[in-house]
Amino acid sequence: MKMTDPSTLRAWLLAEAPTSRRQARASAWYVGWLNLRSNTLAMAGLIFLALLLLAAVFAPFLASHDPFAQDLGARLLAPGTDGHLFGTDSLGRDIYSRVLYGARISIYIVLLVALVAPLLGLIIGTVAGYAGGWLDVVLMRVTDIFLAFPRLILALAFVAALGAGIENAVLAISLTAWPPYARIARAETLTIRNSDFIHAIRLQGAGPVRIVMRHIWPLCISSLVIRVTLDMAGIILTAAGLGFLGLGAQPPSPEWGAMVSEGRKFILDHWWVATVPGLAIFSISLAFNLLGDGLRDVLDPKEGGA
Amino acid sequence: MTQRSSVLQAARRAPLAPRWPKKVASTLLTMAVTVLGLLFVTFMIGRVMPIDPVLAVIGERATQAQYDATFRELGLDKSLVSQFFIYVRDVLHWDFGTSIRTGQQVSTDIARVFPATLELATLGTLIGVIIGVPLGVVAAVYRGSWIDQTARVVGLVGYSMPIFWLGLMGLLIFYGILGWVAGPGRLGVFYQGVVPTVTGLMLIDTLLAGEWTIFKDAFSHIILPASLLGYFSLAYISRMTRSFMLEQLNAEYITTARVKGLSEWEVVWKHAFRNIRIQLITVIALAYANLLEGSVLTEIIFAWPGLGSYITTSLLSNDMNSVLGGTVVIGTIFVALNIFSDLLYRFFDPRAK
Repeated sequence: MKMTDPSTLRAWLLAEAPTSRRQARASAWYVGWLNLRSNTLAMAGLIFLALLLLAAVFAPFLASHDPFAQDLGARLLAPGTDGHLFGTDSLGRDIYSRVLYGARISIYIVLLVALVAPLLGLIIGTVAGYAGGWLDVVLMRVTDIFLAFPRLILALAFVAALGAGIENAVLAISLTAWPPYARIARAETLTIRNSDFIHAIRLQGAGPVRIVMRHIWPLCISSLVIRVTLDMAGIILTAAGLGFLGLGAQPPSPEWGAMVSEGRKFILDHWWVATVPGLAIFSISLAFNLLGDGLRDVLDPKEGGA
Repeated sequence: MTQRSSVLQAARRAPLAPRWPKKVASTLLTMAVTVLGLLFVTFMIGRVMPIDPVLAVIGERATQAQYDATFRELGLDKSLVSQFFIYVRDVLHWDFGTSIRTGQQVSTDIARVFPATLELATLGTLIGVIIGVPLGVVAAVYRGSWIDQTARVVGLVGYSMPIFWLGLMGLLIFYGILGWVAGPGRLGVFYQGVVPTVTGLMLIDTLLAGEWTIFKDAFSHIILPASLLGYFSLAYISRMTRSFMLEQLNAEYITTARVKGLSEWEVVWKHAFRNIRIQLITVIALAYANLLEGSVLTEIIFAWPGLGSYITTSLLSNDMNSVLGGTVVIGTIFVALNIFSDLLYRFFDPRAK
């Protein structure tokens, strides 16, 4: 310990015997954060994602051009010409600005799926686990069925039926992504269900809805969060795949998968049109994978190092 | 001691063989229920879609009488439940209806395009296994070394890579710039239709016909997409192999083997590796199922005339019979491989009790 002045906050956070519930909780978070911070790769992922979030928020200030402005005189310019950092596409639009705005779409999709799918899984899993009996059997059989499906193909079929578009892509991905969360939530519920504090709450007169929502859900969150972080990359890749097939965000919206698909026509002569947005997809999912790995090591030590 | 021997006796008394049929039956039942669920989902997708199935068959200009006739012919006047039963019956009879785009039976179409996908996914899995398994074993044995780090990076990159983009980059580098492989498609233009179709697998058909030049052309076409797919299964296989091996290498019997003075080679391959074979096969089956699905995007990049291309082309022309037929076929194979690997695991690994 080289710290010259013992920070009181730090001491409070690292106290051996916390004196209040708030302190214990803050302390647990702080220790987790310290563990995560010592994992270089996970931090690299976290920092990259933070920067990306900032870039998406401040896209209007960072973009050098209007992402939708076409300039047919400046078609397919190579990176670096005329102030186009990453060159231009077949309609003369600035690729750098489009990739920047595309980050908004990707983050929007990921956040929506990351809310909808785990929530769906949480509800199904906790209801199955808490109710038990035939309801448990039926719900888990449905979960297993969905788990056995090929996800991309099923998402394709869903989007085909619902029609192309971002919201439908989100819905399709969520409908195929919830089963693992339901399994996790059910497993957690089964271990919590018979614990003493739940019996105590029940004796105080709490009904099943209150017990599940107020006392079981909070305890399922942390394992769900790890799983969601690990799944983020997969969500991004599926969304980009749907975009690439023309089933996600529709043109002229600067969705990365759709941009790659457009650049595909010029891949041999104008490589940058497809390369740059593809690199963007790759980096964001790599960042999520790094962060997810790190989080798992912190929050779930038994899986560590595998 | 007496307690232990009674346990042993009980274990000996428990008949192993009669439990097998029961397990097989319950597994087959699981599979049947899952496939039925799959059919239910595709059926519902077919019902909620905004396209009128009658108009899709007869066109916009048909008279009301024609419309009504087709409506009844398609069984749309019956209840949803009986429609579902008819659908299941048809699928079980290998009948997915007619494709609007090609004008043929969807089942005929699928039988025609499926071998191309099978060939691609099989070669991809082979590449993944041949490189991935040794990589995982070595990474586990030399844990923390540069090889282990390399394996980890290879895995992470594989998990993060958009498969369609990697395909484009591969095409750009190995076809466009280096010229090492042939471009998109399954065969060069001159060789189309020369070799008679026997198995539908181009690499085998050309060899059967003794057409060595065409074999080389086919190989040059398939090697790039297969390697890229292989990379994805490699990422998964090597990671799982590593974690299985680590589990074994930390076990006490390995220490015993070392104390006995066995060579490191024997410890690793004859003792540890032998115990992960069943787990590995289940992983490879899953990797194979994933490749069948993953080939959808790859096939589009490489203009590969397989099931993935078929589904997406049909999708873009609103040909729902073909889309759902393809989904059912890939889904069923996926489910079957999943359950096969589960079965294998439960049968041959005594720990999975």
